[in-house]
Amino acid sequence: MRLSVDNLACRRSGRRIFANLSFALGPGDALAVTGRNGAGKSSLLAILTGRLRPDAGRITITDVGEASLPECLHAVGHRDGLKSSLTAGENLLFAQRLLGAPRLSPGDALERLGLGHAHDLPVAYLSAGQRRRVALARLLVCARPLWLLDEPTAALDTASQAVLAGLMAAHRAEGGLVIAATHQTLGLTDAAELRIETAAADAVLDVSEEWA
Amino acid sequence: MIRAFLALIARDLRLSGRVGGSGALSLVFFLMIVALVPFALGPDLNLLSRIGPAILWLAAVLATLIGLDRLFQADEEDGSLDLMTAAPVPLELVVLGKVTAHWLTTGLPLALAAPLFGLLVALDGTAMSATALTLLAGTPALSFIGAVGAALTASIRRGGLILAVLVLPLMIPTLIFGVSAAQAASGGTVPFLVPLAVLAALTLIAAVVGTLAAAAALRWPE
Repeated sequence: MRLSVDNLACRRSGRRIFANLSFALGPGDALAVTGRNGAGKSSLLAILTGRLRPDAGRITITDVGEASLPECLHAVGHRDGLKSSLTAGENLLFAQRLLGAPRLSPGDALERLGLGHAHDLPVAYLSAGQRRRVALARLLVCARPLWLLDEPTAALDTASQAVLAGLMAAHRAEGGLVIAATHQTLGLTDAAELRIETAAADAVLDVSEEWA
Repeated sequence: MIRAFLALIARDLRLSGRVGGSGALSLVFFLMIVALVPFALGPDLNLLSRIGPAILWLAAVLATLIGLDRLFQADEEDGSLDLMTAAPVPLELVVLGKVTAHWLTTGLPLALAAPLFGLLVALDGTAMSATALTLLAGTPALSFIGAVGAALTASIRRGGLILAVLVLPLMIPTLIFGVSAAQAASGGTVPFLVPLAVLAALTLIAAVVGTLAAAAALRWPE
């Protein structure tokens, strides 16, 4: 698929977050979104997932048939969409049945992320890093062309970061797109960088990154 | 599409049975109200059996409200709702699945337990089965009406009070026809089927309007 974003602007609670944001991605492309805390990285991802309405600008996708943008993407963010009382396997199986386009089985996906033993454990028993890896395993149980990752390496150890880098490289080799909001180098080779500068440079207060 | 719908119902049923789920909560609440009324009213069996159906219905309405605020809020908080909006199925179907699961864990157990609880308020056999039947026909309407309020207050923390204020007035017609149908069964000027038909109609209307309205409320972006 191809994604192009033209002159996107975002305003939250009356405050201008960013404006005139434009970029275009084709098959195999990756975009690292950087910027200081509160610059609007998560807001940009929220607009792409449809949670947030842009103030201005246009998002167009092509080469995906009739699917809408939310139906083409996987979003992994701070709120991981996992139910604590269900096991890792049950969570992934539910995601697979709900989202369709099945690829790996939940067991295989967890194995890829080094969590094969957690298949039958309730997610509540897992550590923050393990939880994040279960959420990342969702990228593998359903095939979707666009991955939106918000701070994907948060809470991950170095070995898991390397696994994630490998997964992203494989996804891009298959023609997938990756957009990651990050502070760190993610092992995204030759990724474009989009640095969001705060539109209102005189705004002293950091806008909360939390998705209200 | 059907697979996603069934997966959603199966997940919600499983969640309600797990630790921290609300599986038996409304049933226990229902039992508490019905069990306390005879103590409050005293041992007047005639009075009890006359107002018995009304008590059961009142308890059912209040028991439906318990835990209703978590219907969409729990999914909104942990990001599951984003997953559902990203699914290749209409949001209306997601709402329908969640409300169905909600009814299966609240309304249906209440209706099935009503004959048993009817003993506590001295109902005779006819009134017992009539009340159970009206609950079976009417409680889906309560779930659907409640879903609209739950969707509107999904992103509000402690939205339970607003939710109750929003949906209780809308539940009144269901309550009126539910009680009048149950009472018509044990004598009265109106035949049993007339209020029961109205009750069934209310459920059907609520199913359509409630599903569409709740999905619209959830879809509204920030």
